[in-house]
Amino acid sequence: MTMPSPMALAVYSVVILLIMAISALVFKSRQGFLVNAVFAFSSLACVMALTAGFQAVSNGAVETLILPIGLPDLPFYLRIDALSGFFIAIIGLLGLFVSIYSLGYVRGFVGQRSITSLAVFYPLFMAGMILVVISDDAYFFMIAWELMAVSSFFLVCFEDESGANRRAAFIYLLIAHIGAVMILLSFGLMAGFASGFENFKGYTFSAMRGAHISPGWASAAFLLAFFGFAAKAGVVPLHVWLPEAHPAAPSNVSALMSGVMLKTALYGIIRLTFDILTVSQWWWGGIVLVLGLISAVTGILYAIMQVDLKRALAYSSVENVGIILISIGLSMIFTAHKMHELASLALIAGLYHSLNHAMFKGLLFMGAGAILHATHERNMERMGGLIHKLPWTATLFLIGCLSISAMPPFNGFVSEWLTFQAFLLSPALPNPILKLLFPLGAALLALTAALSARCFVKVYSVTFLGRWRGEHPCAAREVNWPMKAGMCLCAASCLLLGVFPTAVIGWADMAPLILIGAKISVSAKTFGWLWLTPVSSVRASYSAPVIFIGITAVVAAAYAVFHSRRSSKTALTRAPVWGCGFEKLTNRMQYNSTSFAMPLRRIFGFLMMIKESVTPQDANAHGAFQRKFVYRLMINDRVWYLLYKPFSKAAFWCARKAGFMQHGRIQIYLLYSFITLIVLLVFA
Amino acid sequence: MTTTLYSIIVEFVQIAVVLLAGPALAGWVRMLKCRMQGRTSAGVLQPYRDIMKLFVKDVVLAENASWIFRFTPYLVFGATVMAGAIIPVISTVLPSAPAADIIALVAIFAMARFFTALAGMDAGTAFGGMGSSREMTVATLAEPAMLMSVFTVSLVSGSTSLSQMAQVVTTNPLMLRPSLAFALLAFILIAVAETGRIPVDNPATHLELTMLHEAMTLEYSGRHLALIEWAKMIKLFLYAALGVALFFPWGIAGATPLWMLPAAVFYLAVKMAIVGAVIVLIETPLAKMRIFRVTEFLGMAFLFATIGMLSYFMLE
Repeated sequence: MTMPSPMALAVYSVVILLIMAISALVFKSRQGFLVNAVFAFSSLACVMALTAGFQAVSNGAVETLILPIGLPDLPFYLRIDALSGFFIAIIGLLGLFVSIYSLGYVRGFVGQRSITSLAVFYPLFMAGMILVVISDDAYFFMIAWELMAVSSFFLVCFEDESGANRRAAFIYLLIAHIGAVMILLSFGLMAGFASGFENFKGYTFSAMRGAHISPGWASAAFLLAFFGFAAKAGVVPLHVWLPEAHPAAPSNVSALMSGVMLKTALYGIIRLTFDILTVSQWWWGGIVLVLGLISAVTGILYAIMQVDLKRALAYSSVENVGIILISIGLSMIFTAHKMHELASLALIAGLYHSLNHAMFKGLLFMGAGAILHATHERNMERMGGLIHKLPWTATLFLIGCLSISAMPPFNGFVSEWLTFQAFLLSPALPNPILKLLFPLGAALLALTAALSARCFVKVYSVTFLGRWRGEHPCAAREVNWPMKAGMCLCAASCLLLGVFPTAVIGWADMAPLILIGAKISVSAKTFGWLWLTPVSSVRASYSAPVIFIGITAVVAAAYAVFHSRRSSKTALTRAPVWGCGFEKLTNRMQYNSTSFAMPLRRIFGFLMMIKESVTPQDANAHGAFQRKFVYRLMINDRVWYLLYKPFSKAAFWCARKAGFMQHGRIQIYLLYSFITLIVLLVFA
Repeated sequence: MTTTLYSIIVEFVQIAVVLLAGPALAGWVRMLKCRMQGRTSAGVLQPYRDIMKLFVKDVVLAENASWIFRFTPYLVFGATVMAGAIIPVISTVLPSAPAADIIALVAIFAMARFFTALAGMDAGTAFGGMGSSREMTVATLAEPAMLMSVFTVSLVSGSTSLSQMAQVVTTNPLMLRPSLAFALLAFILIAVAETGRIPVDNPATHLELTMLHEAMTLEYSGRHLALIEWAKMIKLFLYAALGVALFFPWGIAGATPLWMLPAAVFYLAVKMAIVGAVIVLIETPLAKMRIFRVTEFLGMAFLFATIGMLSYFMLE
């Protein structure tokens, strides 16, 4: 029996997912069965998608398929190459882990609420994402894109009894559609230039590839598409939906949305700029780079300020999308300057970080879901000491935190290291503006990395360490085994992707090869698989296995020498913490999320809208003799007030002004129609 | 084969030097400081005695401390020793040097700090949290400045590999580069902040309002404290060695000949003695600054490093 081709596997997995979505409606009366069936078959579909993606990248072959469905004369075009294969692999891998996790997680909802909408839209959402990356014409791409957007909208408003959730879902849908309109316009522009418009073939990507677009229009198409995709990816200033939607969605959906859905938007950017439009102007890359830097720094600064665990993770997704955009922007700049090897190095860094971010952010969102499941709490100010109650979740979450903070030997470090290398190879560039921009960019990336370590020290220590801060005693219990299994798999891939970067790069190298025409794995592996040398061994090298084994060996040696009873003869006793002579140390006196972030609030506060007030509770008593004070702190997104509020105010103003024409009387409306007809007749 | 054997010997000699010389440098600094301030000193060997004493003491753990609290000292020690195996302290021919370039080295130190900060929060006291929060703030500002500073050096040598950077400086003819001068200034400021010296942090204080690093490790005792203290001394030594290797690497041993190795150890001792004297000269007349002044201090370091990088792009 021969292995089915990647295309066949991908199509089969989509078919399985669609069947699951339909049958979920049929079996909606048997909720427990529904959970098992939907997520087990989703896991199967994800395994197939993963295999398809893995093979497509390692073969490097291009495979196309024309499905004779859709409108007459407008069949659906499908295509898998190394780039789409890479993203299918990400979708399949995280999808598999999250589906396993969901087996346990969604079971918690059974009996409390109907899970039918989750069971219908979860497979549809997965199918939409796979179709986005394999579609090869504008028409089908938009259908898949909308399938993804709409099904995720329904998933975000799964818990629709809360007004905040409905509002979050609405904002998400609104911004997703503004983005979709821009993408559609960009496709329209390119289709207009493509040959074969007369016989309805201009809408395929292959026709657009062959089109001769004048530089001005190409730039217009690029800008439209970039901002359209940026709205979906959560790039600042189009990110406002993200911190609303991610906390509102169930945690398994947040994991997928953050880990994978944002990546489909990045896929769109790469596909459009490198493949269809072929980068011609360096300033395209410049825009991507600058917006990436802004997103990275603002995203992580806001993440540090959050007290809601899932909101902090959502803002950190903004940061990570920013980091990926930095690499993509660098790659575009290098491509425009015909420095193909460097371009492929930067692109590999971006792709690698996409994969890594899917793994660690998926893990962290699943961990947040586990905490929510166990404590019914999202506010970090009321958590603490969970490491004693949830030992598995605590350890796995720690791996996620280490990975996202770019600590060697975990995976986040490798991709950031590659991005730094791309920055440091820039002196060869001839452009003076870039020569100024690059050092600044490297500095901001370094700042981002340091801030993200700080953010996750806070997130982890406030949540898991110290003592419980809640009002009632903590009744949390460790989560069930499918949830543990999903998180364990994610954590294992975080470590493996970090320790064996040469293998991953050797595999993923096909994508830059077909897009840019250069690969880095030849130079990256000259020293053997143990050493990652992206350019040459003299230039820079990194070996995660050596560091991992080295640190482990020293730790083990130190433990053996200093810990063993025979040699040290020291006892270990437990005692209460030193309270500086005060008697009543309460759990509320610990450092919490707000106080931990306080120094940075002072340093970077000018970037945010901060309202802080301390009011004495007893107005009659003298200020010095107050028994209680009320401390209020509001941190708002400046972008929201600078960009969106004026816009929505203007929209309401226009609506009110137009409202005077509406009287609710049919005679007047008939009069309007009559006048319009007359006017049209006169001018036509 | 002989070169491989030679490099392995060098590696082990270097690790031994790092382990032993860390406390010596700390002792030397303390001794000089005492002399400067007109006090009687306990001698260079006092840090060794302190560590030995702590190793035979019992461990008292906070009731609430988790495995992270107990694991951290070992990890901090492991990461620091690993860093010591990578930095070209006595020789540029180290088998483990290609395992990490300067960026990875900064990340290894960052990992040690990450765990120390977690341990500070683990016991659930206000002190630990305060120390963690402050230390991470300082690190947040110092790390980008540190990377900018070493990036400037790496642009000059065309490599981020530490051995390569040291080699390029030693083999090339001596020339004054404005970029390196700015990078050195920035590096000194950052090293002061990262190793917790005056004026950013005071290693000798246990006063609640002034502690940074000490507040994080306040709950430690016995062998755990010994490891943390030892690692801290090694870290000071390694930052000094890193600065020496990046900016003044002359005298470091190369691949051949063999007699360079003892010579390199001798040169290193001389350089470290000078570095210790410089630390004392910086620390004696200064007082620890307010925590929010550290922002300006490190902002200045960041500015120096950026100017250094820009001047490389513009002038060189």
